[in-house]
Amino acid sequence: MGTIIEFRNITKRFGPVVAVDDVSLTINEGEFFALLGPSGCGKTTLLRMLAGFELPTRGQIFIDGKDISRAPPNRRPVNMVFQSYAVFPHLSVLKNIEYGLRMDGVPAAERRARAEAALSLVQLEGYGERMPDQLSGGQRQRVALARAVVKRPRVLLLDEPLSALDAKLREELRFEMSALQDKLGITFVMVTHDQDEALVLATRCAVMNKGSLMQVATPADLYEFPASRLVADFIGSVNLFAGNVRSEEANHAIIDLPELGISAWLDHGTGTSETVQLWLALRPEKVELMKRGTTDRPPVMEGTPPGYNVAAGTILDIAYLGSESVYDIRLDGPETGKEGKRIRVIRPNLTRWDQEDFTWDEPVWIGWHAEAAHILQQ
Amino acid sequence: MANELDWHRNKSGFAALLGPPLGWFLLFFAVPMAVVWAYSFGTNSGIADIEISGTFANYARALEPLYLGILGKSLAFAALATLICLIVAFPVALAISFAPPQLKTWLLIGVMLPFWTNLLIRTYALIAILRDEGLLNMALTSAFGWAGVGPLAIMNSNMAVMIGLVYVHLPFMVLPLYAALDRLDRSLIEAALDLGAGHVRAIFTIVVPLAVPGILSGLLLTFIPVLGSYLAPDLLGGPDSQMIANVIERQFKRANDWPFGAALAFLLMYLTLFGIAAQAMMQRKRPVD
Ligand SMILES: Nc1ncnc2c1ncn2[C@@H]1O[C@H](COP(=O)(O)OP(=O)(O)O)[C@@H](O)[C@H]1O
Ligand SMILES: [Mg+2]
Repeated sequence: MGTIIEFRNITKRFGPVVAVDDVSLTINEGEFFALLGPSGCGKTTLLRMLAGFELPTRGQIFIDGKDISRAPPNRRPVNMVFQSYAVFPHLSVLKNIEYGLRMDGVPAAERRARAEAALSLVQLEGYGERMPDQLSGGQRQRVALARAVVKRPRVLLLDEPLSALDAKLREELRFEMSALQDKLGITFVMVTHDQDEALVLATRCAVMNKGSLMQVATPADLYEFPASRLVADFIGSVNLFAGNVRSEEANHAIIDLPELGISAWLDHGTGTSETVQLWLALRPEKVELMKRGTTDRPPVMEGTPPGYNVAAGTILDIAYLGSESVYDIRLDGPETGKEGKRIRVIRPNLTRWDQEDFTWDEPVWIGWHAEAAHILQQ
Repeated sequence: MANELDWHRNKSGFAALLGPPLGWFLLFFAVPMAVVWAYSFGTNSGIADIEISGTFANYARALEPLYLGILGKSLAFAALATLICLIVAFPVALAISFAPPQLKTWLLIGVMLPFWTNLLIRTYALIAILRDEGLLNMALTSAFGWAGVGPLAIMNSNMAVMIGLVYVHLPFMVLPLYAALDRLDRSLIEAALDLGAGHVRAIFTIVVPLAVPGILSGLLLTFIPVLGSYLAPDLLGGPDSQMIANVIERQFKRANDWPFGAALAFLLMYLTLFGIAAQAMMQRKRPVD
């Protein structure tokens, strides 16, 4: 699993707009790599530079160690699935798929055989003679996929490949694409603004914002160990509390959280000093909800590990989503009488009655384990 | 009262708006056409009198070899000029459709600019360029005179007529082609390049086939006026460069044979209508895209 693609200090300007800003990135052979970020952050531009439709303003791009920064599109070992699919409307499905092979001078018999094989790969056997306007959106997407992979590229590029499809079809095609990549073993580079799509499909993700790379990591690492508040907020939802280190040990730390009026235990050291501004990031599903009743003492729980953190609050709102319920909770905060921070808690509905456990305006305890929170420095 | 202008309730009131344009159409198009059509079945009964005798003699005469020959030559001239227009206009239209948006407007204005200049003036300007001591020959002799390239005798030849026809009718071809090419999804061209085509192959395998509707309307829009051209052969051509419109003009003027001129004119129009119908049929057969 060596490096197959390397972006080295790539910058792309369109007049005054800096679409891609000094991006350096390596992608390994066989990866399903996703470029993830909000609309307009430069994902497509980065992909188009890889395909050869845009030339970098500065920097170099290598494929298999060869500098292809300025090579024309037809001289690069990559093929692209376009966001609009770009299936040629005047050619039949089979002719569409054969097009690339015809350009390469592959003999007719082999061309036909390979195109038929590609058709069955995307489960469109028997559709070869159809014209594109006789296909559904999902089928056209498959034709675009077959047309690209039939050329056996080193890298397959996909620009928002599922964004034009309805939700159900999207889910179906996600699994198919994943299976296709396993079967072909080709490196996939996909652009998407849909975090679910990236998390489900990718083996590794780059999160982009305003032309810059924010973080490159596996989906699980992006979610559990985001590098910044921006990434934490973009991938899933997150509760953020400002704080400082109060005491730092090798295997744990205590963080002051003035907004909550408590100090929280952390299962690892932060490597910073007391003066550094930190943020405690807490995913909603990692927070537990407990009845408070009228007592003002935190619950003492059987078998609770040291460092379990508790704060008091009141339920403001409940959203019942079937599989889970989302609770919007107002924390009591440091000063009585003043409104405290809000926190979002997700609780799975493990039995049919769980959703009735809590109600509006109910006083509750929220708690989280020392391992649940993640510390951000930016 | 407030609803007088509501077209839902007052359909006949709005239909009345059709009156003026309909009257205009009848008075200035349908009636004169009908008169000339009637003439084509008439005979000259005096210097200025025409008797509508219902004869087909004028049409029979129009189909005599002499006139059929001129008609055939006109068709050939028009076909060649239209083809040259297509070959010249396609790259121009393609370039305009790929130009940056601000520049596009100016380029299109540049293409249409000659339309706003009198045809006669443009044709005389062409004479100034093409004649023996014209601008073209001056440039040629000053640049290549040392190599023995002398002045070319272009004026008063079929070549001059062809140059004139192409020059005058280029915008008729550029505009429909531009309209078709500008609509083309750019990612189709990128897909072709991505799949291994060079630019030239991408143009011939993707752009041209998808521009066929635009090419057809361009061909028709150019061919019809070229076929009826009168000034270019008259002013630029030699004795054997006459086209059918010159013959028709002569019947109405010098020969003073209106019935025969009318028959020739209508023969030309039948041909044109036939061409339009054929093109409409071809368009209909194509799947809607
Ligand atoms: N051809 C272009 N000309 C001018 N600006 C462009 C062009 N392509 C992209 N941009 C700009 O570059 C930025 C990044 O665009 P893009 O890469 O398409 O973003 P994304 O795919 O992440 O939504 C945007 O601000 C966009 O307006
Ligand atoms: Mg995009």
